[in-house]
Amino acid sequence: MTPKTGAMPRSTASTPAQIQRWLKRNLFNGWFNSLLTLVCLAVITWIAIHLLRWATTQAQWAVVTTNLPLFFVGRYPVQQIWRVWAALAIALAMVGVWWQAGTWKQKNTQTAAGSPSSPLPSPSPQALFFILLLIAFCCILWLLAGGLGLPRVGTNLWGGLLLTLVVAITSIVLAFPFGVLLALGRQSSLPILQGFCTVYIELIRGLPLIGILFMAQVMLPLVLPGQPNIDRVVRAIAGLVLFNAAYLAENVRGGLQSIPRGQTEAAKALGLNPFLTLRLVVLPQALRIAIPGIVGQFISLFKDTSLLALFALLELTGIGRSILAQPQFLGRYAEVYLFVGLLYWVFCFTMSRISRRLERGSRG
Amino acid sequence: MNRTNLWRNVRFWRFAGQAIAIVLVISLIAFLGFNLNRNLARLGIRFGFGFLQSQAGFAIGETLIPYQSSDSYGRALLVGLLNSLLVIATGIALATIVGVTAGIARLSSNWLVRKMALVYVELLRNTPLLLQLFFWYFAAFLSLPKTDAPLRWLGFSFSNGGITVPGGLSFSPEFSALVLGLSIYTGTFIAEIVRGGIQSVPKGQWEAAKSLGLKPAQAMRMVIFPQALRAIIPPLGNQYLNLAKNSSLAIAVGFSDLYAVASTTFNQTGRAVEIMVLISVTYLSISLLISLLLNLYNRRVQLVER
Repeated sequence: MTPKTGAMPRSTASTPAQIQRWLKRNLFNGWFNSLLTLVCLAVITWIAIHLLRWATTQAQWAVVTTNLPLFFVGRYPVQQIWRVWAALAIALAMVGVWWQAGTWKQKNTQTAAGSPSSPLPSPSPQALFFILLLIAFCCILWLLAGGLGLPRVGTNLWGGLLLTLVVAITSIVLAFPFGVLLALGRQSSLPILQGFCTVYIELIRGLPLIGILFMAQVMLPLVLPGQPNIDRVVRAIAGLVLFNAAYLAENVRGGLQSIPRGQTEAAKALGLNPFLTLRLVVLPQALRIAIPGIVGQFISLFKDTSLLALFALLELTGIGRSILAQPQFLGRYAEVYLFVGLLYWVFCFTMSRISRRLERGSRG
Repeated sequence: MNRTNLWRNVRFWRFAGQAIAIVLVISLIAFLGFNLNRNLARLGIRFGFGFLQSQAGFAIGETLIPYQSSDSYGRALLVGLLNSLLVIATGIALATIVGVTAGIARLSSNWLVRKMALVYVELLRNTPLLLQLFFWYFAAFLSLPKTDAPLRWLGFSFSNGGITVPGGLSFSPEFSALVLGLSIYTGTFIAEIVRGGIQSVPKGQWEAAKSLGLKPAQAMRMVIFPQALRAIIPPLGNQYLNLAKNSSLAIAVGFSDLYAVASTTFNQTGRAVEIMVLISVTYLSISLLISLLLNLYNRRVQLVER
């Protein structure tokens, strides 16, 4: 052994002596740990063997492969599929812009930190980005739903991952302003306003989502004037917005509370009125702190959209259930639910990683 | 003078802001209530809880108190409530065991144990609970062998008729799938909370326990865990509340909890508002009760400073 290998990091260590040492330290230090290791190994091999045997011999993956379009876009008309691709392209472009803006902003703040007399924020690229985002959002909805020159595709034809994503993203976008307003209301010094906001937030947070969705499906047509014939998807989104606004409010409140009082006082001393203080000083900082929490809320919202399956919507879980009702695939529960679970997992896991990175970034 | 300054008067704005808030909220409620009233009148429904006395006419698979389909809706809802409470209590107990075990395993000195706990947490935390319930019920329990030839293991027997534990107690597949799903899902969150709590205890405490001659397991039980508990209890309470709320997904596996019974009642009677009120009040009370108990317990474990 040359001395050089001794200095190598553990992950690339490959000499038998080092492997042995690593094994001894991490798996076999003491009789208890050795026993634990052996039991774990037995369990893992047992699971792996059974899973592999099931996946290769008993499982019939045809239920997944023949229904792939259903899983991804539901019963969206095949001739119009290009619109989904176009929407996806716009969404990816926006993610790219956001990524780019993030790195650009980092550079910008570094230079700003160099010059201490940073002036009042100019009409920022952030505002531009928000406007762009809004336009992209409307474009995507127009592409998917049609109208204005494109043939209409009713929401009853939307399904699968497409519907899950549309519902989740629309709900979080709509819930965000409500959440911020509720958080500001709860933090406000006006007792009545604060009371209303607190009651709303605590009421919603004490109820199960399924109850709120039930309310949205059943009560919404009853409490609105005129024709009580509201689209099922719209009702579902309304329920999710009402529900998530309360949770987002708590995330934003956490951010607001972490802003030191000196910031508001300094803004006041500069002669900013309360609205400008909020808009230019408090909110930008509070929201930045709240971002990881908001992403976390989006992850749980993404998972919560599965509840729409109980209200006859064919989002990812719902379409899985309807595929299981096809006579030739009766009883193929494990295959369908594992595949659907994998799709959810990929999205949620990616987002949770991003959230963790944001958290580390904001702290560092 | 006074008039020109009105717009710059903070006290005026405070008053006006609250007045606007009251007017907005009251007019919103009035608007919704007016529409509701008109729509209900058009549908010929009159608000009232009298329907609770009429005959339910549907059967409930599992009941803690005697119930038959000729009993009233009120009794059916009570059966549902008791079922819910049973699921919540069992689920909380199981989830705590699963979560604490996994949380400690995440910090084990054994690499394999650590990684297995990590895989469990990351895999099940990132998929929807509802899907997991479907999986446990349809793919796991209903695919087990028939009741007359169950799988036997350590005195437990598993079949598509449910689980029988050693003392002769048996659970239906619906109840088992629901409680298992709830506690395994909630366990992932509890594991992360427990891990964070244990990591928040300063390293010096380990070293001090070691120098007193305590073995690692003893140090964990007598020194570290009691201190970690202070950081663990408040977020743990949130998870208990989540579990209680998530127990309403029982309808997905066909277990008759409060929400499932209420939903059936709504389908039969069309009483949207009354059912909504009943569900809300009950779940809010359950949530309140749990947070009350947790606050009491929290007061006991928190450090009392001199």
